Amino acid sequence: MTESSERRVVSVIVVNEASVLSRITNLFSGRGYNITSLTVAPIPDSKYSRLTIVTAGSVRVIEQITKQLHKLIPVLRVYEHTDMVEKEMALVKFPVTENLTDIDSLCHAYNGKIVDSSENVIIAMVADEPHRVDNFLSVIKRYNPKEIVRSGAVALER
Amino acid sequence: MQISGAQMVIEAFIAEGVDTVFGYPGGAIMNVYDEIYKQDGFKHILNRHEQASVHAAEGYAKASGKVGVAMITSGPGFTNAVTGLADAYMDSVPMVVVSGQVPMSLIGTDGFQEIDAIGISRPCTKHNYLVTDAADLPRILKEAFYIARSGRPGPVHVDIPKDVTAQIAEFNYDMDVNLETYKPHVKGNPRQIKKAMEAIAKAKRPLFYLGGGVINSGASKEVRELIQKTGIPAVETLMARGVLSYDDELLVGMLGMHGSYSSNMAMSETDLVIGLGARFDDRVTGKLSEFAKNADVIHVDIDPASISKLVNADYPIVGDLKNVVTDMLKQTDKIESENYESWRETINNFAELHPLTFHEDSERIKPQWVIKRVGELLGDSANISTDVGQHQMWAAQFYPFSRPNQWITSGGLGTMGFGFPAAIGVKAAAPEKTSINFTGDGSILMNVQELMTAVEKKIPVINIILNNNFLGMVRQWQTLFYDKRHSETDLSVQPDFVKLSEAFGGIGYRVKTKEEFDAALKDAVEKNVVAFIEVIVERFENVMPMVPSGGSLFNMMLLEKKETK
Repeated sequence: MTESSERRVVSVIVVNEASVLSRITNLFSGRGYNITSLTVAPIPDSKYSRLTIVTAGSVRVIEQITKQLHKLIPVLRVYEHTDMVEKEMALVKFPVTENLTDIDSLCHAYNGKIVDSSENVIIAMVADEPHRVDNFLSVIKRYNPKEIVRSGAVALER
Repeated sequence: MQISGAQMVIEAFIAEGVDTVFGYPGGAIMNVYDEIYKQDGFKHILNRHEQASVHAAEGYAKASGKVGVAMITSGPGFTNAVTGLADAYMDSVPMVVVSGQVPMSLIGTDGFQEIDAIGISRPCTKHNYLVTDAADLPRILKEAFYIARSGRPGPVHVDIPKDVTAQIAEFNYDMDVNLETYKPHVKGNPRQIKKAMEAIAKAKRPLFYLGGGVINSGASKEVRELIQKTGIPAVETLMARGVLSYDDELLVGMLGMHGSYSSNMAMSETDLVIGLGARFDDRVTGKLSEFAKNADVIHVDIDPASISKLVNADYPIVGDLKNVVTDMLKQTDKIESENYESWRETINNFAELHPLTFHEDSERIKPQWVIKRVGELLGDSANISTDVGQHQMWAAQFYPFSRPNQWITSGGLGTMGFGFPAAIGVKAAAPEKTSINFTGDGSILMNVQELMTAVEKKIPVINIILNNNFLGMVRQWQTLFYDKRHSETDLSVQPDFVKLSEAFGGIGYRVKTKEEFDAALKDAVEKNVVAFIEVIVERFENVMPMVPSGGSLFNMMLLEKKETK
């Protein structure tokens, strides 16, 4: 019974209507499945929205999740990604007293830059594969980040 | 035409061919009840509790194959109905439940009798709607009926705020339902069907495993024909009772926790499970890793999510059973009935070794006898509802079912209190049949107020209470698995069931002998009014065989052999 649990990325195309998001998240919570991250935004020029859900589970669990998602009336399509481009954004707030050159260089290495500055803090942005964002966030610990926000992953099948 | 939201509900019901609505009025749904008062397109049955309204609608749907309809008010009216929604969802019962809601301006203010109804009904309905504009109501009601009855059927909940029922808007019901995101598979994949038929032709010990989906799909006739043509034996789940007639030689019996020895052994020995509209429920499979261990599995179901959910399907076929089985019937030429002769013999030997039976007692009536006796006296002329517990299992085991939609029970959710209101719905759907509800002394008290409904509307349901002064099934588990610690299951303190029925205007009988029972049943059928027949039965009778929870299907506790002189 101990099937290996792996990270999975699922995209769901849904009708953009009231309570559709809770239908999706209810399905996960009601069955004890965890959501690692979830992003949602309308698809331009359509009545649909696209969700990208990062979750973890065995092949069997993911198959059930996919089928159960599909069973929801407002769900048009469900993709379980294997070959995809995946990106995630992170914003980090640093004290302005930290080494801004170092931070700026690091951001560049992760497709980012310093996007805002004020009297006391700067805000840096990176956009990269989720595991690279993990990496970035562990590297910048030494610069005393005050606040970190991640967007959750978005993905497109190749 | 320009009409109010409340009028739209009435017009939509009439357009859908609804002839009976079960419900209970209240503040938020009053506008609709005002329109019910004015119309004569359908009749309304006032239950005495909202849970009963929904169960009655379920009974109506299960007996007629049509969409059941219930109507309730907001807040407590709705929360009372939730058990019925969950019950219908688990058993795939087509149903539309309309509830009132506080006016839009009060939503989210903790208004009087406000509750987030669609938030609560979401996990126990196939779909639900909060109507925010009367202009959407015709489309929503049309979709609700369509979703309820199509694909894998289920309950749909429509929550309508009070001001929306008063709002005037254009009503046009003459439209096609076009849901881009909901298109159930009807036709099975021909290649998969062909492969499945080849697998059947090659199998040595194939077994049909029939579920409630056969009844939902209206495919009993086709399934009977397929079984007849192939000579392959069949087992039924609890929900599939009546798909095959009790006297069909190829019907092995019911399988599962309280299935017959021969059915459970057949399932354990088969080399090819042919699952039709069944969902491999834990009460059927027992320990999953041991279930039909050496068999390949063909699984036909309209719900892709049911396939390979618990047991891996080697031949998955998504489609409507009636359609798929009709296709299967065209490809039976390579299947030779004679090839299964020894397999059928093996199964017959199982049945002879441990037949489904019980021991008579000269002192007290055995509950199983009551079921058998009703079967002998009424047989096909009765529809059978039940509550939940020992009596339900005995009814499933011993009643001679002869047709689909004859058997109405709460299988998936196991709702005590289901039987009486369901039997009211059954009688409303099929007035020409006697409506029997087998119940227990525990279950009957969970919706006993329905005596009033049945008396008022002259719905002559006969409730046969198998009284063992116990919450019998729980008592059985306590006896077997909790060292006889009968915690809170002794129901020795009871009402006088005869007087109880009479207090509402029904009739009652208390019987202790077989002769008294025959006379009471005959009298109740003739009098044609709602009745309680309380039968004092053996207190400590257990439902056997029994597969202990989580055990392997072939490891059954069996009826103790009686000492022979």
